[in-house]
Amino acid sequence: MKSKTDRRRFLQGSAAVVGGMAVGGVKPASSQSNDVPGDDTWSLGYEPQTPTDPREYGQRSRYVTSKRTYNPRGRRATDDVHTPLAEVEGIITPASLHFNVNHGSAIPDIDPATHRLMIHGMVDRPLIFTMEELKRFPSVTRTHFVECAYNAAPPERRSLDATVQRTHGQTSCSQWTGVLLSVLLKETGVKKGATWIVGEGAEEKKRTKSIPLEKAMADAIVAYGQNGEPVRPEQGFPLRLVVPGYEGPANVKWLRRIKLGDQPWMAHADNPGHTTLRPDGKGRWFEFEMGVNSVITSPSGGHHLPKRGFYGLNGLAWSGGGAISRVEISTNGGRSWNDAQLLEPIHRFAHTRFYYPWQWDGGEVVLQSRATDERGDVQPALVELNKIFGVDSDYWLAIKDSRGHFNPIQPWKVSAEGRVYNAIWEG
Amino acid sequence: MRFGKVSFVLLLAIVVSVGVRAQSRTYDELGRTPTAEEIQAWDIAIGPAGEELPPGRGTAKDGATIYAQKCVGCHGQNLEGSPNGKPLVGGQGTLGTLTPKKTIGAYWPFATQIWDFINRAMPPNMYNVPIPPEQKHTADEVYALTAFILFRNDIIKEGDVIDANSLPKIEMPNRNGFVPVELEDALDYRGRGCRSGTCP
Repeated sequence: MKSKTDRRRFLQGSAAVVGGMAVGGVKPASSQSNDVPGDDTWSLGYEPQTPTDPREYGQRSRYVTSKRTYNPRGRRATDDVHTPLAEVEGIITPASLHFNVNHGSAIPDIDPATHRLMIHGMVDRPLIFTMEELKRFPSVTRTHFVECAYNAAPPERRSLDATVQRTHGQTSCSQWTGVLLSVLLKETGVKKGATWIVGEGAEEKKRTKSIPLEKAMADAIVAYGQNGEPVRPEQGFPLRLVVPGYEGPANVKWLRRIKLGDQPWMAHADNPGHTTLRPDGKGRWFEFEMGVNSVITSPSGGHHLPKRGFYGLNGLAWSGGGAISRVEISTNGGRSWNDAQLLEPIHRFAHTRFYYPWQWDGGEVVLQSRATDERGDVQPALVELNKIFGVDSDYWLAIKDSRGHFNPIQPWKVSAEGRVYNAIWEG
Repeated sequence: MRFGKVSFVLLLAIVVSVGVRAQSRTYDELGRTPTAEEIQAWDIAIGPAGEELPPGRGTAKDGATIYAQKCVGCHGQNLEGSPNGKPLVGGQGTLGTLTPKKTIGAYWPFATQIWDFINRAMPPNMYNVPIPPEQKHTADEVYALTAFILFRNDIIKEGDVIDANSLPKIEMPNRNGFVPVELEDALDYRGRGCRSGTCP
């Protein structure tokens, strides 16, 4: 490691060079001269490609109309789209329906031939890789969800008419292919005392996220594949960090740099841009894992049951703590709970399907699911969260900001007319 | 006895060779060593200790001039914000209310975060229209704008010079407004009582 003074001297002597250089393909040739190091101009946005000949690239049936919805609070066309969970078959979310939040950066149009991943900081040997080199390492293919830290937050659940797409549509699950970060860190070596990594993207705002080194070594993937194809531009093409079970921003898109150190960098996505508040005004930072969660997707908000009779309850469960070990169903407002059937495959840190046979007698009924994960963590009811935070349910309706890591049980009420609506604020 | 000695030597040899192997690379043809310039150009994440801060300096007075040219359109004459830019002042005493304002002065715990964010994200491309290169900030300008925002939040004085030495030393009002307070305690996720998706 160079001393700070050495580095400063170096910088002073070479600031102009650093700003304008195109280092061996690290920056695009069109890079503009700029005094701020590390800047580039490829963030002007990619142009969506229109489908070509369906014999070359297939399309879905005209009878299939599922689509993502815009979050009404999003300001840009590419911002905040939600996955139609009730219409996704199985545990894999098609990339075209994957939820997306870009935090104001345009989706960059990155040429994989010029993209690089640099690993440096508290390592024995800093290294920089091309995409082609990364693909020559042994790869893994694993199924993991990515979930926004603010999925199913109070504002998304306020409306009685909210669909499951609105309430829980900011989680999606993909089969990711790439190199385990631990394999790359063995190549660089890890210096004694390193405890954190920071991952950084190549997009306009170059969002960063600090992640404990222990987690990075355990199961983080430097992913270039998603559901059998290259990661889509909006999901981080050509390279994305997948940190299983961790909140969305840890899964850094357009990944170009990983630095190791002995403290978190306190980036905007670590805090202050992404932390959520306790009712007493204290900020909750470094919550890392998404809580154990589940939701019945069919029937769910906005659905209509045409007549009494047999219905299967279908739903999804997932947890940042690992595999789902149990899902229970209540069809009587929480007075009693029965085990649902978990449908294979059951992967760690992945959407897991559950099923519960149910006969509707035509009366008003409240349907709920409650998940437990491999560590024994149980999804809380809203009243249990209220107790932890010392508030009543009205609090979540009254706050003007959003609150992340909010995973209480989602009750759906079926009216005597067969209408299904959001009942989390009742009772 | 002699057998034991041989075993011991063998074992030692194995331990040493494994130890050496752990230090060496498995795929040594993949990747190359980045140059110091390449690392420097990308090493832009500024931690609370400020080790990554580049040379440069600025004061609130310098910052006011730059703000009026480059920032006022979105963040407002009085830093009050607009639909296109967040407020940069105010918010004190709101965090525990129903209308919390997570502003720099009221919420952000480290002054280095201001420098980092302006440097990496400001000014933004609006609606996918690129920012002309001349509008991007130099390091001196980022220091000056940071000083200006700190001054307008009553955290420093107007004449205070902000640079790589002074910036990390600034104490932000809400530094202790987070749980857990100390960064080193963050790593022990279960130890600090996080269960079922909630850290108390």
